[in-house]
Parts: sequence; C-alpha cells; structure tokens
Amino acid sequence: MSDDLRGAVAAGVLGAEENYRALLSSIVEVARAIFKAKASSIFLLDEATDELVFEAVAGEGSDSLVGRRFPSSTGIAGFVLVSRQPLVIEDVLEDPRFSRETAESTGFVPKGLMAVPLLHEERALGVLEVLDRPSDSRFTLAEMELLGLFANEAAIALDLLQRARRAGAALEGKGELAVLARLAQALEARGAEEDGSREQALRLLEALENVL
Amino acid sequence: MTEEPLPAWSLPADAVERIALPEAWPGRITREWAWGGATGAGVRVCVLDSGVERDHPHVGKVEQSVAISLDGDQVIVEEEDTAGDLCGHGTACAGVIRSLAPECELASVRVLGAGFTGSGAVLLEGLRWAVEQGYDVINMSLSTTKQKFASLLHELADTAYFRRTMVVASAHNMPVESYPWRFSSVISVGSHELSDPFAYYYNPTPPVEFFARGVDVEVAWVGGGRLVCTGNSFATPHIAGIAALILSNHRELTPFQLKSVLYLTATNVGEGS
Repeated sequence: MSDDLRGAVAAGVLGAEENYRALLSSIVEVARAIFKAKASSIFLLDEATDELVFEAVAGEGSDSLVGRRFPSSTGIAGFVLVSRQPLVIEDVLEDPRFSRETAESTGFVPKGLMAVPLLHEERALGVLEVLDRPSDSRFTLAEMELLGLFANEAAIALDLLQRARRAGAALEGKGELAVLARLAQALEARGAEEDGSREQALRLLEALENVL
Repeated sequence: MTEEPLPAWSLPADAVERIALPEAWPGRITREWAWGGATGAGVRVCVLDSGVERDHPHVGKVEQSVAISLDGDQVIVEEEDTAGDLCGHGTACAGVIRSLAPECELASVRVLGAGFTGSGAVLLEGLRWAVEQGYDVINMSLSTTKQKFASLLHELADTAYFRRTMVVASAHNMPVESYPWRFSSVISVGSHELSDPFAYYYNPTPPVEFFARGVDVEVAWVGGGRLVCTGNSFATPHIAGIAALILSNHRELTPFQLKSVLYLTATNVGEGS
C-alpha cells in the first residue's frame, strides 16, 4: 500500500478503536447510573476462541476486569448469548451456584443481575450486564424495555469497535481482511501501466461487490 | 396416531363419520372443563434448554436427560447426560412446569454448553430430536437470530404441530428477528406483570400470541437453590405447564385445539375474564 493510501485509511481508523471503547465505557456508566446499580459490564464475544471478554466495566471491578475471558456458553452471560434471551435475576433466595460463579469473575457477590444479549442484525456480538440494582424497588417490564434500549446502543458500539479493529488489523497486514489492503496496494501499483489490467481488475472487483 | 388412515386431502361423504371427534366439546369451554382436577399425569413435557439439575427439590423426577452436540456435521446424542444444568435456566423452566403440572413426565434435552459457535445448529438438532421423540409439549425458552436456520426450524415446527407436539416458545422482547417463536405453528409467549401463575392473556395483535407470568417469578436454580427471576423465558413454562394440565384431561387434543382451549380460557377472553 502506498504511503498516501495508508495515510488516508489510517486517518479514518486511527483513534477509532479508542473512541468506540470510550463509547462502550460511557454506555456502562450510564446504565449503572440509570439503574442505580453497583456495576455494569459489556462482554464481547471473541468468535476465534469462542470466549466472552470483558470489554467495558463500570463500578465494582472496573480496574481489573477488562480483558478477562471465560467460555462463551456457560454461566448467565453465556446462556443469554446463546439463547438470545434477556434474563433478570432479582433476588438470590438460597445461595445458588450463580452467585459464586459471578463472584469469581467480578470480585464481589451480587444479589441480582440483569443480562441482555447484544444483537446486531442476525449476529450476537456480546452481552450487557447490570449488577445489583436496589432491591427495594420492584422490577417492571418498563425497566426491561429500558435495558433493551441500552443493549441496542451497546450492540451498535460493539459492532463499530469490531470494524475498527478489523480495519486496524488490515492496515497492519494481518487478519482475514488484510487481503483487501493488499488488493488496494496492487491496484495502486497498476496505476502507471497502460495495458488495461487495472481497469479489468476494477471491473472484476465491482462484480465481486455485486455478488456480495 | 390413528390406526385407520383418515382422509388426508379431501373428505368424501362416507368418511364424515370417521373423523368424528373422540370427545364432544361443551358449548362453553371453562377452565374447570379444561384442567379441573388435572395434575399433568401421563403428559410428556420436554425442556429444551441448558439441562435440568437432577433431584432438585422444586423439580422432582426428571425421566430422561439427553445432551445434543455436534462434531463437525455429525450430530451427537448423549442419551445419559450426567452434566446436569450448565447455567440454571433449564432447571428454572422445569421447576415452573412442575409447580403447575406436578405429575407430568419431565425430560431434559440439553442444547447448551458446547460453545457459542455452532449453537444455532445444536438448537435445531435438539428440536429435531425432541420432535422425533413425540413429546406432548416442548418448552423452548430460547431462540436463534440466524436466518439460515429459519426455514429448517419452520419445517420442524410444522412437523411438530401435525404430530401433536405443542412447541411453546419464548417471544423476543427486543425488536429483532428471531426463531422459532415467530412461527404460527408454535405458541409464542411474552410476559405480563401479574403474580397469578394461572393468569394468561391472548394477544389479538400477534406475532406474540399469549402473555403469561414472567416478572418476579420464584424459580428453582442449580445447587438446589431458588431465585426470583424475570424474563419471557419464565413466562413460557407457565403456558407449557398449563398446556400439560389441559392435555392430561384431554389427551386427544391437537395443537390447534389446544391453542383454541388456551384462547377460550384466557384471562381476557371468555370465562377467564
């Protein structure tokens, strides 16, 4: 890739990941504040390793949890991801396993949690959790709807974050989309030729674009 | 299944007698007629979920525990699944069904735990297996958003419907396309906020067909525990449990008739109102 092209793409990509991470942090902060909860987290599904990764954390555990991983289909978050169903646990009546599991992953023992899948188009990208809202207020379906609205916002932000990461990986010549960067580079190199090969390649790419 | 073949595509005059209903319907369907004195005895209910904990005091006996997984394209059915419940959710659903239909036969088909990748395919194969077993009711408090499974799930839901297996599925409470709850051959369930387990509403503006108790539900959980939970996941087994009650009083009902009885006995319809 020419320095110019690399520079142009980089201008769009550089800093984007940091911005989207900040957006995710902001979403969990607001979710925590709105629900008056002790903590809130967003988990990203890492499809390559089939794991959930703490991507943003507000409140308890926010210093140490980001980046921590666990299997994608066990526990509450795993269930919510796989089943696509939101789940609210409001009150632990008799010490079930979930509180110990959550304590191990978050560092504190919650009395309850809300977990909602982050769905974008037909993909499940991750899970949003809100831990320990005040137990004196009864849960309502209106809150469930609010949780769904946050989930929608978080899903869009996660999608943007993943796109930024893929673009970044492509710039560095790694990742499955690196081939796009190499193609752009090859087309640039053909720019000086007058044998029509660049035009042919562009038509081929346009046909591919139509197929996709 | 009937032994003598019934008219399939048309009804000649001399065959009318042969499709006589095994039981006369009363002029007015009441809850007493529908499930008065019923316990769910003799009705086989399948919980397609994360597994069900054995010997949980709020679940009782689980007749059968099966796990479905995939090895490449190969479907693996583990007929003696000893993993229990990997999350707690399946145990919760089973406990709700048990609380309503104390003598029904419960079976667990576990479709979770093999990782996220491939989970849609496992869900599909789990449903296929459950339909082949001929359960009377299948509780599905889960869904997939993957388009590529939609038509196959649709076929399976219709197969179940015509084989007298009532699939009861959780509706989504977010604006996303997911399956199988959107299909008309299943019963889709959302939540209302009342605490009466026998309060359920027919929704005249589908796709969600019924609303049942789904807020602040006390449920069984793994480790012999109990939780208070909210979600359409928990409304669904309420309808599954009531369906089991109705079927234990009226074994001959087809899914169409069962849905009709649920409609006629709903809290906002007929006697329930």
